[in-house]
Amino acid sequence: MHPAVSVIFFTVMSGAGFGLIALIGLGAPLPGGLAAAFLIPALAGGLAIAGLVSSTFHLGHPERAWRALSQWRSSWLSREGVSAIVTLVLFGFYTLLWMVSGERSLLLGVPVAACAVLTVYTTAMIYAQLRTVPRWHTGLTPACYLVFSLTCGFLLAAGLNGLTGGEPGAAGFAFFAILIAWAVKVAWWTRAARAGLASTGSTMETATGLGAIGKVRLLERPHTGENYLTREMVHVIGRKHAAKLRSIALLLGAVLPLVITLAIWFFAASTIWLIPAFVALMAGLFVERWLFFAEAEHAVSLYYGGPGA
Amino acid sequence: MTSLPPATEKALGLVIDLDTCVGCHACVVNCKEWNTGGYGAPLGDLDPYGDEPVGSFLNRIHTFEVSPDDAPASIVHFPKSCLHCADAPCVTVCPTGASYKRSEDGIVLVDESMCIGCGLCAWACPYGAREMDPVENVMKKCTLCVDRIYNENIPKEDREPACVRTCPAGARHFGDFSDPASNVSRLVAERGGMDLMPEMGTAPVNKYLPPRPKTRPDTAAASTSANEPAPEGFLGWLDRALERLG
Amino acid sequence: MGGDRHDVERSPHVSDEIRKTTCYMCACRCGINVHLRNGPDGRPKVRYIEGNRDHPINRGVLCAKGSAGIMQHYSPARLNKPLLRTGERGSGEFREIEWAEALALATEWLGEVRERDPKKLAFFTGRDQSQSLTGWWAQQFGTPNFAAHGGFCSVNMAAGGIYTFGGAFWEFGSPDWEKTELFMIFGVAEDHDSNPIKMGLGRLKERGIKVIGVNPVRTGYNAVADEWVGITPGTDGLFILALVHELLKAGRIDLDYLIRYTNAPWLVIEDEDSADHGLFARNEAGEPLVFDRHKQECLSSKSSGLKPALKGAVTLPDGRTARPVFELLAKKYLGEDYAPEAVARETGVSAAQTRRLAAEIADAAFEREVVVEQPWTDMKGERHERMVGRPVSFHAMRGISAHSNGFQTCRALHLLQILLGSIDCPGGFRFKPPYPRPIDGQPRPHGGCKPGEPLPGPHLGFLRGPEELLLQEDGVTPQRIDHAFSWDAPMSSHGLMHMVISNAHAGDPYPIDVLFMYMANMSWNSSMNSGGVMEMLSDKDADGNYRIPRIIYSDAYNSEMVAYADLVLPDTTYLERHDCISLLDRPISEPEALADSIRWPVVDPATQGEGRDVRGFQSVLLDLGARLGLPGMIDGNGDPLYADYADYMVNHQRRPGVGPLAGWRGKNGGTHGRGDPNPGQINRYIENGGFFEAHVPEEAQYFKHANRAWSDWAIEMGLQDGAVENVFQLYLEPLRKFQLAAEGHGDRQPPDSHRERIKATFDPLPVWYAPFEGEGLSKDEFPYHAITQRPAAMYHSWGSQNAWLRQIHGSNPLYVPGPICDEAGLKDGDWAWVISHHGRIKVPVRRMEAVNGKTMWTWNAIGKRPGAWALDENAPEAKRGFLLNHLIHELLPPKADGLRWSNSDPITGQAAWFDLRVRIEKAEAEEHPVSLPQFPPQKDGLAEPPSVIAYGEEWEAKQ
Ligand SMILES: Nc1nc2c(c(=O)[nH]1)N[C@H]1C(S)=C(S)[C@@H](COP(=O)(O)OP(=O)(O)OC[C@H]3O[C@@H](n4cnc5c(=O)[nH]c(N)nc54)[C@H](O)[C@@H]3O)O[C@H]1N2
Ligand SMILES: Nc1nc2c(c(=O)[nH]1)N[C@H]1C(S)=C(S)[C@@H](COP(=O)(O)OP(=O)(O)OC[C@H]3O[C@@H](n4cnc5c(=O)[nH]c(N)nc54)[C@H](O)[C@@H]3O)O[C@H]1N2
Ligand code: SF4
Ligand code: SF4
Ligand code: SF4
Ligand code: SF4
Ligand code: SF4
Ligand SMILES: [Mo]
Repeated sequence: MHPAVSVIFFTVMSGAGFGLIALIGLGAPLPGGLAAAFLIPALAGGLAIAGLVSSTFHLGHPERAWRALSQWRSSWLSREGVSAIVTLVLFGFYTLLWMVSGERSLLLGVPVAACAVLTVYTTAMIYAQLRTVPRWHTGLTPACYLVFSLTCGFLLAAGLNGLTGGEPGAAGFAFFAILIAWAVKVAWWTRAARAGLASTGSTMETATGLGAIGKVRLLERPHTGENYLTREMVHVIGRKHAAKLRSIALLLGAVLPLVITLAIWFFAASTIWLIPAFVALMAGLFVERWLFFAEAEHAVSLYYGGPGA
Repeated sequence: MTSLPPATEKALGLVIDLDTCVGCHACVVNCKEWNTGGYGAPLGDLDPYGDEPVGSFLNRIHTFEVSPDDAPASIVHFPKSCLHCADAPCVTVCPTGASYKRSEDGIVLVDESMCIGCGLCAWACPYGAREMDPVENVMKKCTLCVDRIYNENIPKEDREPACVRTCPAGARHFGDFSDPASNVSRLVAERGGMDLMPEMGTAPVNKYLPPRPKTRPDTAAASTSANEPAPEGFLGWLDRALERLG
Repeated sequence: MGGDRHDVERSPHVSDEIRKTTCYMCACRCGINVHLRNGPDGRPKVRYIEGNRDHPINRGVLCAKGSAGIMQHYSPARLNKPLLRTGERGSGEFREIEWAEALALATEWLGEVRERDPKKLAFFTGRDQSQSLTGWWAQQFGTPNFAAHGGFCSVNMAAGGIYTFGGAFWEFGSPDWEKTELFMIFGVAEDHDSNPIKMGLGRLKERGIKVIGVNPVRTGYNAVADEWVGITPGTDGLFILALVHELLKAGRIDLDYLIRYTNAPWLVIEDEDSADHGLFARNEAGEPLVFDRHKQECLSSKSSGLKPALKGAVTLPDGRTARPVFELLAKKYLGEDYAPEAVARETGVSAAQTRRLAAEIADAAFEREVVVEQPWTDMKGERHERMVGRPVSFHAMRGISAHSNGFQTCRALHLLQILLGSIDCPGGFRFKPPYPRPIDGQPRPHGGCKPGEPLPGPHLGFLRGPEELLLQEDGVTPQRIDHAFSWDAPMSSHGLMHMVISNAHAGDPYPIDVLFMYMANMSWNSSMNSGGVMEMLSDKDADGNYRIPRIIYSDAYNSEMVAYADLVLPDTTYLERHDCISLLDRPISEPEALADSIRWPVVDPATQGEGRDVRGFQSVLLDLGARLGLPGMIDGNGDPLYADYADYMVNHQRRPGVGPLAGWRGKNGGTHGRGDPNPGQINRYIENGGFFEAHVPEEAQYFKHANRAWSDWAIEMGLQDGAVENVFQLYLEPLRKFQLAAEGHGDRQPPDSHRERIKATFDPLPVWYAPFEGEGLSKDEFPYHAITQRPAAMYHSWGSQNAWLRQIHGSNPLYVPGPICDEAGLKDGDWAWVISHHGRIKVPVRRMEAVNGKTMWTWNAIGKRPGAWALDENAPEAKRGFLLNHLIHELLPPKADGLRWSNSDPITGQAAWFDLRVRIEKAEAEEHPVSLPQFPPQKDGLAEPPSVIAYGEEWEAKQ
C-alpha cells in the first residue's frame, strides 16, 4: 500500500494523543496547578487533533468530512470519527472541570479513558477489518495500536509528571510497557511474515479463476502507465529495504527508549527523561507505521502482476 | 445507509466470457465516453498529453499468460469492472453513506455528492474495481450504467450497459441473476460461470465464464477419415472419383 | 434500507440530436451515431459516439478507437491553418498562411510541373478512402506517379486473391460466419475488417465452432482460438502446402468443384525450350483447351457438358504434348518435399499437428457439408437444385502477406480453399460485392506522360505479362518513380509507395520536383528505415537545394511527416467533412448486401475550435484541379465543375449512370446502382443513417463466380457492364510468362541480374521459398525473427494523440520468448539492444511464453518522435516507446555482386516488413534508460495542450 504521510502522521500522533488522554482520564499522576490543567490536556488534545486534521489531508473532499460521522453503525472509519469527537468533547469537559476545580474527576475520567481507548481501537479496526490486506486483518493490529498508544501516553504522562518530581518507579513501568508493546509488534511482524496473500488462499489463480488451466502470470497491465490502483495499492518495498527500516524502527522506538528507562532507573534520575524516550518512541513509530503501510500487500496487486510487481 | 440490503429484488450484473474476449478494450473506452458526460463527475484525466497521463476508468482489461505444465502457454484477456457484490465490503466500510447497494436491483453505486474521497472503499474492494477520480477526487466505479438501463430517452433495445452494447465479440452479457431463466443465469449454468476470489467472501454478482479447453498440438486425430492414403494411391483414387462424377 | 434514499436520475437527458455518419478511426468504416449536445457556449459538442445498429458493417458495436472518437476530434494536435515552412525541413517551424496563399502556391508549383514534365510530380496517398478521386485526379494531371499505400500494406493479399479467384480476404470477402463448421485464421491481429471479424468470432463461439489460429504470437484472436499453430514467421506457405499434400494424398478434395470452376483441367503445353512451354494450350479463338474423357478429344474449356480429364499426357492438334493443370499440381504437392515431416523443422509445426489439422479440415468440409435449399443457374446455363457447401473457412492478412514470399503464400492458401471447394459456397469464404472481380474485369496499368495531357487510363491495374510492363524505351528502366510494373516488381498492382522517397532521393529513374502526399506518415512509421528517410527528405544537393525540391502534404494532425513538408494543407477531422466510401473504391459491402456510405459534416469546423480554418482535402484537391484546368474538373468556361467534394460525390459520373454513390440515383432517387445524378442523394443517405444497402438476391448469394443471377444483378447494379468469366486460376499463366522471359523467350527481357530470381519465384503453381532477408544473412548472426502487431486499441501513429487511447498504449515493450530471455540473461523490465543487418535499437523487454520460440514482437507504431502529436517531449511514447522500423531497411543486405534489392516481394513489390531477422543483447544497466535511437524534438505552433481533461463536466447529471 502507498504509505501516505498524512495517514502515518494521523495514526501515530492521534495514537499518542488518545493514549495520553486515556492515562489522564485514568488518573495517572501529573503535575498540579492551573497551567498544568490547561497545558497537559492541550498537549494531549493537540496531538489527537493534529492527527485527525492531518487525516483530512488524505481526503479528496475534506469540506465534507462531517459526513463521515453518519455511518457509525457499519463503518469503522465513521466510528472512529464519532468516538474521537465524543472522546474530545468529554475530555473537554474533563479539562474544564479540572481547570475550574483543580480536581481530576475519576467519574468522568474513566469514561474519557474508555472512549480514548475505543477511538484508538476504531482507528486500528479501519485497517484490521480489511480482508484485502491479510497482514492487517488480525486482532493483533488493534492490539498493536492500543499498546503503542498507551505506551506513548504513559511515557508522556510520566515524563510530564517528572517536571514536578515524579516517581522513578514509573521508569520501570515504562520499561515493561515498551517491552510489551514491541513484543506485540514482533508478534504482529511474525504473523505478518506468514500472512502474505497466499496464506489466505488468494493467488493470481483465484483472482482470475484460471488456476484450473495452469500457472497464471501477468503479461500486460490494462494501461501502460500508472493508475490510482497501482499507485495506491500495488506499492511494495524490497525485502532488504524493509529489514533495514525495521532495524531503524526498533533502534529508535525500542532500544533507545529502553536504554533511557534503564538509565533513569539505574541513576534514579528524574522521569523527565521519559520525554526524550517518548520522542524516540514516536520517531520509531513513524518508521514502524510507514512500514505498516508500505509492506502491506493488497489483493488488487494480484491483478497487477502479484505483490511487488 | 452503508448497511447492505439483506436481499435485493433483482441481482443485475454481467457475465464475462473469457473464452470470447479478444482484449480489444472497446468496452473500456466506450464505458469511459458514456460515463464521462453522464453519471456524476466526468471521468477525468490528469496530464493527458504529458509524460504521466492518469485518468479514471471504470473498466479495464488485463492480459494474463497461463502456462499449463504439459501444453504451450496461452493468453487470456481479462476484463474487470465492479462485480456488484452481494456482500460488498466497499459499502460497509464507507463512513459517509456515499457507497450503497440498491435494494431494488443490487447495483452498487457511489453518491458522489456525499463522497469525501477517503479511498477506504477502494481499499476494501479486492478486485480493484474502484478508482478515485484524479480531477474531481471522488470515488468512481462502474454504475452498471444505471443511467442507461432504465433510461426512457434512449430506445428500448439500447437499455443495456454501454460496454455490453459495444463489445464487438459479444463477450459481455447483462441480465438478472436472481431469475434462473435469465440469459445470464443460463450461461452461468451451462458454462460453469465462476466467482473471482470466492475466499474474500464478497459474493460477487458478476460471473466469469472460463476459457474452453484448447486443443493441444499433440492431440490425436478424432477421426481417421482423412490421412488414410487411398488404397490404390492418389491416381487410382482419382480414376474412381472421376468415374463417380460420370 | 439499502440505497433507497439516494435519488438516481434514471432517465437523464442524453443528447440534443443524433447524427449518423461513418467512423474513420480506422479503415473498417463502421456506422456511428454521433450524439451532440450543446456546450456552455451554445455550440454543439460531441456527447457520445455509439455504433449504428442498422449498419451492415458493425451492427451497433464499436471498437475502442471508434469510442475514443471524441478525443480524436478534439485533439490538441489538430492542425488549424495552412502552414508554410520557415525553418529547415524536419524542424517543425512554420508560419500560418491563408488558404488563398496556400492554394495559389500549390497551383504554381503543380502547374509548372504539369506544363513541363508531369512525371516530376509524385502524388502518393495513404490509407484514405478516396482513391477513386485521387487516382482520377492524378490521371487527369498526367503524372504516371500515383499510388496509394497498398504496396506496403497488403498488395500480396489483394493481388494473390484477385489473380487466383477474383477476390481476396481483406475487404473483398469474409467467412460465412453463420454456416461455417471450421475456421482457420492466418496472421491476423486486426485487419481492416476489425469489428466484423470480432463479431464473427463471437458468433462462432456462440455456435461452438472450432477456431484455429495460425500465428507466431498467441494474443488477440489467437488467444481465443481453440487451437494455436505457433508457426515460424515466413513459413506459412510450407505449412499450407503440407496440408494440401495430406488432403491430396487422402483424396479429400472436391473434384466436381475443380472441374466446374477452376483451370484444373486446362492443358499445359509441355515443350521444353519453346516459347510457350508451360502456357495453356489454346484453340484459334484463344480459348484454353481441355481433354474430354468421354469424347476423347481436346475441346475448348468454354464448351458445355465437358467431362474433362484431370491427368494424362494429351497430344494436341499440333502434335505436341500437354497435361492438365491438375496433374502438374498433384505431382508437385504429393512430392515428399511437402510431407508434414519434411516441413516441420522449418515451420516449427509438428507433423502430427499438421496431419490432424488436415484431417479436421477434411472432416468439416466433406462430412459436415451444409446445404442451402435454393435452386440456381450457373453461367453455362446448368440449373442446380441446391447450394451445397464445404463449410471450412479461412481468413488471412498481413502475417502471410507482408513477407517476400507473400504473394505465393497467399496463392497457396487460396489453392487450399479451392481444392476443398470452399470459395463462395455455404459455410466457406464469401465474396462481398462488387467482388468477385477477376482480372478479366480489372483494368490494366497505364503509364506514359505528356506535358499538359492526362494519362490514357488509370495508373494501377493487373497486368497479364511482360508486354504490359511500364518500362521506358530501353525495355528495362522503370517508367514510374516507385518502379512499379517494372522488372523489379512486375505485378505491383498497388504501386510501391515505400520506395518513392528513396528512389526520388536517388533520382532513380529520375529526380522529381514535387512530392505531394496525403495522409501518410512517411517520415515515421510508414517507412522502413525511418531515420534514413528523414535524412533523405531533408538532404540537400551541392548547391544547397533540397534533393526533393518541394513537398506538399495534407494531414489533419501534427504528425512526424508534417515537419518535413514545405506546404501543409490542414484537413478536417472525420466529423467535419464529406467523404464517400464508394463501390468505385473500397466499399463497405457485406456478403449478403452491396453497400456504400458517406461521411458528412456532423459538426461545422468553424464551431469546433478558436481560429479553426480547415478544409476537407478532397474539396481542396478538386479546387486545385480546377485551378490547374484539369479535364473533368472545369466546365467549358474554365470554371470549376464541382463546388466541393459533396458536389462531386453527387454529380461526377465515371461511366454514364455510374458515379461515386450507388444509392438513390435518378432524378428522384428511384434507381440504385445506375441512374442519373440525384441532387437529393446526400440527404437520402443521411436519412438512411449514412449508408446505402442493397440485398443480393437469394439466388445470387453463393457461387457468385459462376452464378447467372449474380452476373445479371451485378450488371443491373452497375458493378460490371457485361458478363465476366471467372475461372479460378490454380495455375497462373502470367507468372509463367515472366518465367519464360527470364528463360530468354520474347522480346521483353529482364536484366540478367533478375533472371534467376524470376525463374525461382514466378512459379505458376504456388511455391514456397525462404524469405529473402534471412537468406542473405547468417543464421548464427541473426537467429531470430522480429515482427509487429496492430494493437486493437490504437490506429497506427494517430492514436497516440488520443488522451484515452494513449493511456492504454503509451509505450511498447519488446516481447521476447522465455528461452531467449534465459539465454540472453534478460528479465522483465531489462533493456536490450536489438540488432539487425541495418541497425540497432535499444528497447525495454518483457518475457513471454505464448509465442513462437524464435520470434520476438512488439505493438506497431507506438513509438513517437519527441514533440510530435502535441505530446510532451518526455512522453512515454518518445522515451520508452520505439519503432521496429529503424531496424528494417528498404533494401536487402548487399549480395555478393554488390546489388541491393528492394526488401519486397519480387512479384508484387509488397514491403516485406515481417522478414526482419535480428539478434538480441542485454543492454548495460542505466538509471533512466530511454529507447534508442532518439531524434531531436520537432516544434509546433499549436496551442499548449490542456493539463487536465474533465470531458463533459457541463453535463454532469444530478444523482
Ligand atoms: N514496422 C512496421 N511498420 C509498418 C507496418 C507494420 O506492420 N510494421 N505496417 C505498414 C502499413 S500496412 C501501413 S498501412 C502503414 C501505416 O502508416 P501510416 O500510413 O503512416 O499511417 P498513420 O500513422 O495512420 O498515418 C497517416 C497520417 O494520416 C494522418 N491523418 C489522420 N486522419 C487524417 C485525416 O482525416 N486527414 C488527413 N489528411 N490526414 C489524416 C495522420 O495524422 C498521419 O499523419 O504503416 C506501415 N508500417
Ligand atoms: N486497431 C487497428 N486496426 C487496424 C490498423 C491499426 O493500426 N490499428 N491498421 C489497419 C491496416 S493499415 C492494416 S494493413 C491492417 C493490418 O491488419 P493485420 O494483418 O491484422 O495487421 P498486423 O498487425 O500487421 O498483423 C499481422 C499479424 O500477423 C502475425 N504474423 C507475422 N508474421 C507472420 C507469419 O509469418 N505467419 C503468420 N501466420 N502470422 C504472422 C503477427 O503476429 C500479427 O498477428 O489493420 C488495419 N486495422
Ligand atoms: S469489448 Fe468485449 S472483447 Fe473487447 S475487451 Fe471488452 S469484453 Fe473483451
Ligand atoms: S467489486 Fe469491489 S467495488 Fe464492486 S461491489 Fe464488489 S467490492 Fe464493491
Ligand atoms: S471514498 Fe467516498 S465512497 Fe469511498 S468510502 Fe470514502 S466516502 Fe465512501
Ligand atoms: S456497466 Fe457501464 S459503467 Fe459498468 S463497466 Fe460497463 S459501461 Fe462501464
Ligand atoms: S473498427 Fe473501430 S475505428 Fe474502425 S471504423 Fe469501426 S469503430 Fe471505427
Ligand atoms: Mo496497412
